[in-house]
Amino acid sequence: MNDWVEIGRLDDIPRRGARCVETPLGRVAVFRTASDEVYAIEDRCPHRGGPLSQGIVHGAEVTCPLHNWVFSLETGLAQGADEGVVRTFALKREGERIFMDATTVLAMAAE
Amino acid sequence: MKRKLVVIGAGMASGRMLEHLFEAEEQAFDVTLFGAEPRGNYNRIMLSPVLAGEKTFEEIVTHDAHWYAAHDVTCRFGETVTRIDRQSKVVFSKGGETPYDKLVIATGSAPFIIPVAGRDLPGVMAFRDLDDVNAMVAAAERPGARAVVIGGGLLGLEAAAALRARGMEVVVLHLMGHLMERQLDPAAGYLLQKELEGRGIKIHTKAQTKAILGEDRAEAVLLEDGTVYPADLVVMAVGIRPETRIAVDAGLDVERGIVVNDQMVSSDPDILAIGECVEHERICYGLVAPLYDMARVAARTLRGMPAAFRPVETATQLKVTGVNLYSAGDFADGEDREEIVLRDASAGIYKRLVLKDDRILGAVLYGDTADGAWFFDLLKKGTDVSQMRETLIFGQAYQGGGEADPMAAVAALPDDAEICGCNGVCKGKIVSTIREKGLTALDDVRAHTKASSSCGTCTGLVEQLMKLTLGDAYNPTTVQPMCGCTDLGHDDVRRLIRAKKLKTIPAVMQELEWKTSCGCAKCRPALNYYLVCDWPDEYADDYQSRFINERVHANIQKDGTYSVVPRMWGGVTSARELRAIADVVDKFNIPTVKVTGGQRIDMLGIRKEDLPAVWAELGKAGFVSGHAYAKGLRTVKTCVGSDWCRFGTQDSTGLGIRIEKFMWGSWTPAKVKMAVSGCPRNCAEATCKDVGVICVDSGFEIHFAGAAGLDIKGTEKLGLVTSEDEALEVIVALVQMYREQARYLERIYKWAKRVGYDEIRRQVLADKARRKEYFDRFVFSQKFAQVDPWSERVSGRDKHEFKPMAAIGFPQAAE
Ligand code: SRM
Ligand SMILES: Cc1cc2nc3c(=O)[nH]c(=O)nc-3n(C[C@H](O)[C@H](O)[C@H](O)COP(=O)(O)OP(=O)(O)OC[C@H]3O[C@@H](n4cnc5c(N)ncnc54)[C@H](O)[C@@H]3O)c2cc1C
Ligand code: SF4
Ligand code: FES
Repeated sequence: MNDWVEIGRLDDIPRRGARCVETPLGRVAVFRTASDEVYAIEDRCPHRGGPLSQGIVHGAEVTCPLHNWVFSLETGLAQGADEGVVRTFALKREGERIFMDATTVLAMAAE
Repeated sequence: MKRKLVVIGAGMASGRMLEHLFEAEEQAFDVTLFGAEPRGNYNRIMLSPVLAGEKTFEEIVTHDAHWYAAHDVTCRFGETVTRIDRQSKVVFSKGGETPYDKLVIATGSAPFIIPVAGRDLPGVMAFRDLDDVNAMVAAAERPGARAVVIGGGLLGLEAAAALRARGMEVVVLHLMGHLMERQLDPAAGYLLQKELEGRGIKIHTKAQTKAILGEDRAEAVLLEDGTVYPADLVVMAVGIRPETRIAVDAGLDVERGIVVNDQMVSSDPDILAIGECVEHERICYGLVAPLYDMARVAARTLRGMPAAFRPVETATQLKVTGVNLYSAGDFADGEDREEIVLRDASAGIYKRLVLKDDRILGAVLYGDTADGAWFFDLLKKGTDVSQMRETLIFGQAYQGGGEADPMAAVAALPDDAEICGCNGVCKGKIVSTIREKGLTALDDVRAHTKASSSCGTCTGLVEQLMKLTLGDAYNPTTVQPMCGCTDLGHDDVRRLIRAKKLKTIPAVMQELEWKTSCGCAKCRPALNYYLVCDWPDEYADDYQSRFINERVHANIQKDGTYSVVPRMWGGVTSARELRAIADVVDKFNIPTVKVTGGQRIDMLGIRKEDLPAVWAELGKAGFVSGHAYAKGLRTVKTCVGSDWCRFGTQDSTGLGIRIEKFMWGSWTPAKVKMAVSGCPRNCAEATCKDVGVICVDSGFEIHFAGAAGLDIKGTEKLGLVTSEDEALEVIVALVQMYREQARYLERIYKWAKRVGYDEIRRQVLADKARRKEYFDRFVFSQKFAQVDPWSERVSGRDKHEFKPMAAIGFPQAAE
């Protein structure tokens, strides 16, 4: 069962930018691409914990602000020669409204 | 006996449905057609050409009195249906009650009117039907009449172009960053904006309408940013809403639109709905192609035949004469997606295909749309395009090899485009000299034209011109491209930005034929800097192309917290400032306070959310940002100088403070650090800085191109000047020359080595006129740069940066 919780509106996030959502798991970074796709990933770089929400967004990728690893927003996989992965979270958009599945967040927190 | 069919709405969908219905041999229905408009069905999408004066209304009528008569349709035009009674199966209108066996709702949609003050004033209108068109035509007839169109989507732009064609002054206000953002990516939006601006239409993006002003009728539009545009006519084209009022009142299942199944039947088995008023599988449509499918399905359902409507892809084309633009499908970025981009800057062409698993997902075409239908067909059919992947973007007719020409940008430059800025040499001169003198070597071109003989940043371009003129006979040295998004090096990009007067990132990417649609983390910050530097007054800084430190004006730390270094002019402070810092440290529990290597105080470990409050407190004590995070002027270190020191020859502290106050806030290719020492003992370590001053009895010795980081390098001597004023002018000119010529992330010492120390001495010390030009350009750019970023943010700018958007999944939120 999904438990879709509204987290905000598209306009809350700048194009090619990100905002954070606080969850029991820690921060989740919600990104908006140049073409208005939205993605959510864990706001923690597997390299040394950099806050990915603070990186530069290009295409459906983000470059970590600390040491420039690049991650796919869709799969969470590190690109290029670097190896690593961040958690991704399901989002749903209804028009301008953005929803996040709270069950995954809680289930993972309980793990 | 024939059954009674009542149709509500004489629009594009119902007209098409009736045609299909009457295709049958035997007519099963008596049809009554209601229409709120006082006329029958017409081709609504052609209202744009009617508004532009390219067509008459008569030409766009689809069904005339003769047709209705031939098919026994009872026309009730000018009669709005106000209520449906599903119990007794009748509809109500001003003409009374009309019974039905089957009912079709085809009420289309209503224009969305933004809820601002003044929206009800006469002169404010939508663009939906013939009455709107007639009112706009009347307004345009007054000489000098001005129109403001709110909404830069398909409809708004068609209205704007048409009104402009009728001679009105037209301004388009668009909320988003680029036009038609739903259908176009920023690159195509840029081309479209350029085209429309070329027709004299003013486009204001990121425009938030605050109110429509006027006493008895609309007189002007006021934006949130305070801009006012006078207007005799205000056209709202911000979107549509399915017209569902009578369906809601009748208790039908309505979400955003009237909910229907695949057979176009609503939650009442005797009521069908088609057109824009409908919602099918959560989708509402706003273009006619799918509505025609609905019309066909509804006609078959009414005739008791099987049919099913399935969601369809739609393609968009802007109907503005002379503008070729096509977009279809989904062109969002995605990691499992690939894109193919073709840009031909000289022809104003941009094509982008988005592929996934060897199938086309989306297409955006600008300038040349001939292949739009072909791409759309491949998209709809899900054709595997791996076989034609290499040549796909060139279109259907394309046979055989051929690649995008990396020299096209240079080839397209006009003859008077300046190639060498140092010596003022333009393209025509270089090309003709090569030809006339039969030159084949770069050094000869340098000798004869002077181009590329000074700072050398135009060498790449000169070589490309040689290649263009001499063909394969000339082999230019390969330049290191800026990044994977382009074949051009930094120097070429910088020169072309100036030569072609490119003033936005999308403009650069289009005109210089970038290979990606939105760049990468390498090229975007560089382009942003080049544009800020070259067009200080015109360029709107692209915040999302800056590294986080420059976005939040603090320095990110390894744990995601930030450090804050206030400016402490020349390294001089006071009890009041120190007290303010101490108070902030206590109040926000800042874990570390450290004196930096640059004579400033660093507060480390501040939470991002606390930054605005920390700055507000520091601001009260008079502190501004120290830009310790910036590719910009960092610190000017000083020693105590003649004020106190027994050896001091000049007021080194005062000069350091003066330089820092003059130059702070300026963005540079890489960080710039300076120092002023009061005598050759050099306690401020001025001889390992980007720019250093050693005060001597006879004046000020200016040094430059030192480093003490990754590399250690003593400075070079620039020269001696006698007054403080002159010292300031030379330093500023030097930094401006560096700002204009260096590659992004290149420190002064590296740039100077490349350009030559003598060349720099010549330009900023010996050549006083040139020095003054550099100085003036720097002063001009400072008008826009010396804004304290901290106080801006304290007053609310970019406040979204500092707060999380939401908190979810916590126990209290689960209720
Ligand atoms: C705070 C400070 C160390 C200190 O506690 O003293 C410092 C801290 C950092 N330095 Fe530095 N540098 C500091 C003085 C210096 C100095 C000495 C100086 O300025 O007199 C140098 C050598 C001089 C020079 O620049 O040539 C110096 C050469 C570097 C370099 C090497 C640059 C180079 O081109 O060689 C880097 C790396 C870079 O910029 O890419 C760097 C980068 C950094 C960064 C910004 C690393 C980063 O990207 O996060 C550190 C930021 C920490 C923070 O959040 O404050 N820092 N750094 C000093 C701040 C000076 C100030 O008040 O603004
Ligand atoms: C200027 C303009 C340009 C366009 N260009 C394009 C284009 O290039 N390509 C494209 O695909 N689409 C375009 N569109 C959109 C297209 O016109 C619509 O999608 C299409 O007309 C919708 O058809 P419809 O039958 O659902 O509604 P409509 O054509 O709007 O017809 C609905 C009719 O129902 C009437 N009505 C509403 N309520 C009642 C009531 N209670 N009683 C009686 N009558 C009622 C309305 O007055 C209206 O006449 C354009 C639209 C406009 C306005
Ligand atoms: S030397 Fe500079 S960059 Fe290196 S750890 Fe120290 S502060 Fe950081
Ligand atoms: S922490 Fe992200 S790249 Fe190092």
